[in-house]
Amino acid sequence: MTEQTYDNFADHYNFAYLDEQTKRMIRRAILKAIAVPGYQVPFASREMPMPYGWGTGGVQVTAAIIGANDVLKMIDQGSDDTTNAVALRGFFVKTTGVEATTKTSEATIIQTRHRIPEEPLKANQTLVYQVPIPEPLRKLEPRETETRKMHALEEYGLMHVKLYEDIAKYGEIATTYAYPVLVNDRYVMDPSPIPKFDNPKMHEMEALQLFGAGREKRIYAVPPHTKVESLDFEDYPFEIQKFEEPCALCGAENVYLDEVILDDKGARMFVCSDSDFCEDRRENGHVGHMAANPITESENRGADA
Amino acid sequence: MYVAVKGGEKAIRNAHKLMERDRRGDRSVPALELKQIAEQLYLSVSRVMSEGSLYDVELAALAIKQSRGDLIEAIFLLRAYRTTLPRFGYSEPIDTAAMLVRRRISATYKDLPGGQLLGPTYDYTHRLLNFKLAADGELPESVQAEYDAAEEIPRVTDLLNAEGMMEPDPQVPSDAVVGDLTREPMEFPADRDIRLQNLARGDEGFLLALGYSTQRGFGGSHPFAGEIRFGEVDVDFFVEELGFSVPLGRMSVTECQMINQFQGSTVAPPQFTRGYGLAPGQAERKVMSMALVDRALRCRELGEEAVAPAQDEEFVLSHSDNVQATGFVEHLKLPHYVDFQAELELVRRMRKDWQARQEVEAAQANGPVEEAAQ
Repeated sequence: MTEQTYDNFADHYNFAYLDEQTKRMIRRAILKAIAVPGYQVPFASREMPMPYGWGTGGVQVTAAIIGANDVLKMIDQGSDDTTNAVALRGFFVKTTGVEATTKTSEATIIQTRHRIPEEPLKANQTLVYQVPIPEPLRKLEPRETETRKMHALEEYGLMHVKLYEDIAKYGEIATTYAYPVLVNDRYVMDPSPIPKFDNPKMHEMEALQLFGAGREKRIYAVPPHTKVESLDFEDYPFEIQKFEEPCALCGAENVYLDEVILDDKGARMFVCSDSDFCEDRRENGHVGHMAANPITESENRGADA
Repeated sequence: MYVAVKGGEKAIRNAHKLMERDRRGDRSVPALELKQIAEQLYLSVSRVMSEGSLYDVELAALAIKQSRGDLIEAIFLLRAYRTTLPRFGYSEPIDTAAMLVRRRISATYKDLPGGQLLGPTYDYTHRLLNFKLAADGELPESVQAEYDAAEEIPRVTDLLNAEGMMEPDPQVPSDAVVGDLTREPMEFPADRDIRLQNLARGDEGFLLALGYSTQRGFGGSHPFAGEIRFGEVDVDFFVEELGFSVPLGRMSVTECQMINQFQGSTVAPPQFTRGYGLAPGQAERKVMSMALVDRALRCRELGEEAVAPAQDEEFVLSHSDNVQATGFVEHLKLPHYVDFQAELELVRRMRKDWQARQEVEAAQANGPVEEAAQ
């Protein structure tokens, strides 16, 4: 497969791949989604040149809103360098010629899978989420005909029963990602499979949040400054994950960490999942306890203990 | 050491190069030509055209070549290309009664107007490996028989219909708009036009298994293969500016009319009902399975109780598309370590709690015994 540039792509395809009629159809769905926060708007999702389940919903939303002057950041698992983020960023660079960045603060559109950046987003930014299963009630009720009714009637008892059963069984709500939220006091919404650590960032966010599910053909949205509450009980309030140690590379605390296994003897390190945030901190002189050489540091620590 | 998430771009580029090399295989062996695929692997081409929803033999052959014969990958390639094509409009309905028939069989009559025409089929062959093919033995030239193109070959369902035994073709008002599931998201309950479109694009293996399940008693509808025909039909297009239809060309299709016994209900008299299957190219297994599933899915309209998987519209239509299915199943290959980390943390904490509880329980169980011993 030869490398393609935007110039030779534009000879055969429209800007951002989709034709303008399709973009208009998607924009209408987006506007409706913004008007009814948390409501899943059906849209005529197209076949995209990447597989369903690999970000086709997010890609269609981004393709519908991107303009020549936008600056795009593409992340997967919080990182700009994961394989699918690289592939999707390449797709937009090729089909639009826009500038891509890894810097959260420089981006106007951030397309993400499974994370919200650590750095708070601003009013001129749009966060586009890739969504596998848009229906928060799907695991409780597999039928679309039923779940649409439940949303229409605001009938969310089943979800509360599920959370209650978790507490009865495990002593806590055993949902760690895709943790359901109530948007604008009306719709229960799936925040996409972000860790529940990220849920509070959605609340009253300054940036526009758009969610695209290509295979399931749904778009939904959280407009800026909208109330987003994670479901919980008064006596069992919602809590986010806590990590016992700071990032091993940049020393950041109160951020989401990835566990990296260093050898087959149980040595591991915890590092920022948001790779841009971590690099930025290191550039600014923050140093974690394993920043120099993770292996020897881990051995030394093992010897100390 | 911390390399797992770095270097993605170069790795992807190199992986694609390696894939291209493997696709070509040993360069001392001549490369496949599209014509060879189109001519000699026509049943593969048929399946790719049918489930890829694009009637183009050459592009289907290209997709098969590019995908190394992975037909679902080829179907995906064709779909992704199709979606970029401009839409001029919709053709007139094809008339399969006017088909130039290459094969036509009916299992419900010994003989019938137009006759039984076996045509090109593997039926009744002995499934013995033909080692002559391995030795590249060319076949003797076949003998052409005279063919009366003017001969009418009426559809079996029309013959039965004359007697009133068969449910009539559903009458659709001429201005009725046929749905298009490539342009509108599917909604439930879905009408038969959308259901048939979904099945026509549906995975052959999935439909085969569902159709088979109806025969084994999961939603049985006592089917007879009323007629299977394969041949060429004209495709006409109505041009607004001209005010009449013009022929666009011909296409090969396979059609199956399944005839099903029906006891009658509060809304319909006892009669035979139909299940329908149609696919581009030669695709008998596909259209027969499709017809069985189509009939099973008509349970609502015929007042039958929906109890089997094949009768469950939402289940069948939501899972029939192999491009969607393969995408979502295979997306599990993508990194999920953020969510996995969240689960790791939870399970570790739950194990700690569990262990603490076990220790407390063990202490309680041992406590009184030790005291007694003292």
